Amino acid sequence: MAQTDVIVIGAGPAGLSAATALARLGVAVTVLDREAVAGGIPRHCNHPPYGLREFRRLMRGPAYAQRLVAEAKAAGVTIRTQTTVTFLHPGGRIDVTSPEGVETLAARAVLLATGVRETSRAARLIGGEKPGGVMSTGALQGIVHLNGQRPFQRPVILGTELVAFSALLTCRHAGIKPVAMIEPARRITARSPAIWLARLMGVPVLLEATVDAIHGRTRVEGVQIDRRGTLQDMATDGVIVSGGFRPEATLLRLSHLEVDPGSGGPVIDLWGRLSDPAYFAAGNLLRGVETAGWCWAEGRRVARAIHAALLGQLPAPEVARLRLGSDAVRLALPQVLPIDRPKPSPADSGAADGLQLRLNRPAKGRLRLMQDGVCLMDRRIDSLPERRITLPLPALRSASDVTLTLEER
Amino acid sequence: MDTPNLPGNAEGFDVAVIGAGVVGCALARAFTLAGARVVVLEKAADVLDGASKGNSAILHTGFDAPEGSVELACIREGYALYHQIRDRLGLPLIRAGAMVLAWSEAEVAELPALMAQAVANGVTDVQAVTAAEALRLEPQLSAKVMGGFRVPGEHLIDPWSAAHGYLLQALENGATLMRQAEVLTGRRSQGVWHLATTAGAVQAGLVINAAGLWGDEVDRRVTGESWFTIKPRKGQFVVYDKTAASLLGHILLPVPTKTTKGIVVCRTAYGNLLVGPTAEEQDDREHATLDQPTLQALMQRGQDILPALAGHEVTAAYAGLRPATEEKEYRIRTDLAEDYICVGGIRSTGLSAALGIAAHVLRLAERSYPPLENPVWPQMPSLTGEAPRDWQTPGHGGILCHCELVTRREVEAALTGPMAAGSMGGLKRRTRVTMGRCQGFYCSAELARITEGRLAQPMLGGGDGAD
Repeated sequence: MAQTDVIVIGAGPAGLSAATALARLGVAVTVLDREAVAGGIPRHCNHPPYGLREFRRLMRGPAYAQRLVAEAKAAGVTIRTQTTVTFLHPGGRIDVTSPEGVETLAARAVLLATGVRETSRAARLIGGEKPGGVMSTGALQGIVHLNGQRPFQRPVILGTELVAFSALLTCRHAGIKPVAMIEPARRITARSPAIWLARLMGVPVLLEATVDAIHGRTRVEGVQIDRRGTLQDMATDGVIVSGGFRPEATLLRLSHLEVDPGSGGPVIDLWGRLSDPAYFAAGNLLRGVETAGWCWAEGRRVARAIHAALLGQLPAPEVARLRLGSDAVRLALPQVLPIDRPKPSPADSGAADGLQLRLNRPAKGRLRLMQDGVCLMDRRIDSLPERRITLPLPALRSASDVTLTLEER
Repeated sequence: MDTPNLPGNAEGFDVAVIGAGVVGCALARAFTLAGARVVVLEKAADVLDGASKGNSAILHTGFDAPEGSVELACIREGYALYHQIRDRLGLPLIRAGAMVLAWSEAEVAELPALMAQAVANGVTDVQAVTAAEALRLEPQLSAKVMGGFRVPGEHLIDPWSAAHGYLLQALENGATLMRQAEVLTGRRSQGVWHLATTAGAVQAGLVINAAGLWGDEVDRRVTGESWFTIKPRKGQFVVYDKTAASLLGHILLPVPTKTTKGIVVCRTAYGNLLVGPTAEEQDDREHATLDQPTLQALMQRGQDILPALAGHEVTAAYAGLRPATEEKEYRIRTDLAEDYICVGGIRSTGLSAALGIAAHVLRLAERSYPPLENPVWPQMPSLTGEAPRDWQTPGHGGILCHCELVTRREVEAALTGPMAAGSMGGLKRRTRVTMGRCQGFYCSAELARITEGRLAQPMLGGGDGAD
């Protein structure tokens, strides 16, 4: 059985930054990636802005991905591509398959950085037929940027998260002219400047609208749109099903590790440590989508926590659980909080400095952290689903549950 | 396009099978192994593109089939034959067993008659279970269950590899497959059928109509009349991710109604969990549409039966059409004077009965051919995990579809050979690429590259898409 200090699963921004940081600390790191080329999702996001936080320059996704890989290799990281993890065993032992066959690897710590995928048409229960020409942004970008192919001419784009505008840029690059962007909410999900891109490209954004059905037996011929209760057919030759990111967490879900039903990712503590302390997690696996830069910083931070764990310097998981007391809140990270707030010390330097929240639906009101009947924190919010919300870490009173409540107005 | 190497187009084939669904594939195998020179005519770009595209993948015992029916006899024989040949073809069989469950007093009252019918049908190993026993056998089951009975012989199979295996064995023993070959007209002269198809003329001694959803139409095109009318019945299904499969062992069947076996909850041979089908009558035999309220109702039904399903993701949804007719019974009619056999109205039990139907029709045909010496038995690839999967053996070239662990070597194999995939849908049915939870998010680009120029109906610009 091959042995290394740390195995990182996933060679995207979080996994590569963690591996690079660990290697620079003198740790033997192997990164496994199931794709033929390392770099993760930025490989096919052929547009800026990438790299500002990491390299202080404005880069496109593919160049950024190459830079991350080059830095990791320069730091001494071993990267194995076309290597798929098939099972996670307790204690940091994992089964993999590669063109050479199956093997079992072991490490003192394993970092899960398997990222996200978009919610499929099927999981959204969109009706109608199942013709070709319905795809996620990720699939579109691979087909356009990696293959140089053009799957359709005049698609509709479902969703208005940031990735929908990334799809718009991909379309522009490929000479594809989207017919419309379609959003069920009353506002677009991405920050409002994004809408100017749609306006610039002359693509109408239909708010309070959903696609109920896709028409066409072999190729998309049209969609049925429900706009505030009025049904209309729209001619189109493709459907880009964008966003609705969810953790690529099936390995986790089929393992012994604890899963958070809200995020769909792992339950972590302040150091990114999982219910089996041989495992850590970082990046978009934790929550759905954040920017590459955020994931990169998270990977770097969790690398420090892993380093501390290898040195035996990580505090024991003496803990309080964070519970959700509002159906508007989809997730709050970390789900496990230390009773004593970590003091600044080398061992603690890998600790998260705040809580991350996401909503299920648009909501505004007072967000409170309650413990033992006492309010630890009180914050006004007015936010949309999938927008980043951060809170400072509360000082806990005991090991009893902390409940996050939202009093909506 | 298959370029048929027509063995003496002048004298033609012994048998032309119209339709490459599971029944047509089984017929092609039976007649080929009996020594006939067979041609299979399929109008789509690939096989299994009609009713056989969407089924619930159960090998039924026939416990609830109508007593004394041809359907029952074919299911019983098909069931036995599948058990007989499956090892030699490498076809999977997951011995799940079924439970018919009652959820109301009225349904409880129907159980004894259903069990008696099972015994009368030759399925003698059924056992009554109390609600408590059902819950012990299936701990995730809703406590609202009121009783039922076990049918240990109901099993899970792969919905497509069986039919692919039957056809491949026919092809490897000399049969010919013509795709994009829609039958337009038929004319019989001097004891020979002349079929005009979109892929050219075909001559055959015997014509067997196994056109499924188009059975009545093909009847009319070939013989000028039809004795039945297809009334398509749509079934929508929801498929849950592999994380849900551990919730269940048995196939859970409801108490059937007069028209349908009802909504089944079961694992699939691929390790997912499936809820469906609905039974919706429609006139359209080409378009099987999904609709969100029905899918939501199916999910609700699934959660009513298995409450823990609520925490699992839906991987896929699909709709299939069953070729129902005015009557419940199969519509098999032989006109030996005219050398024509119609195998119509094979509704939802076609997968279980196909080998039995083929044996039955071979007997009805009353023909003998020069025997086939040492028939070839091809081995179908293992997609179900019952046998080691390709990714577990070296040299697989890397994983291409990550969700379903489909290797590059498997995709290459499915794109070559006598039954090479003709459409994206066909490639999916042969390998399971893009059928997993990401539905093509990760692998579409790679697949588009590999399949470029190799499918009769290309992935981009035609064919079933990644989603």
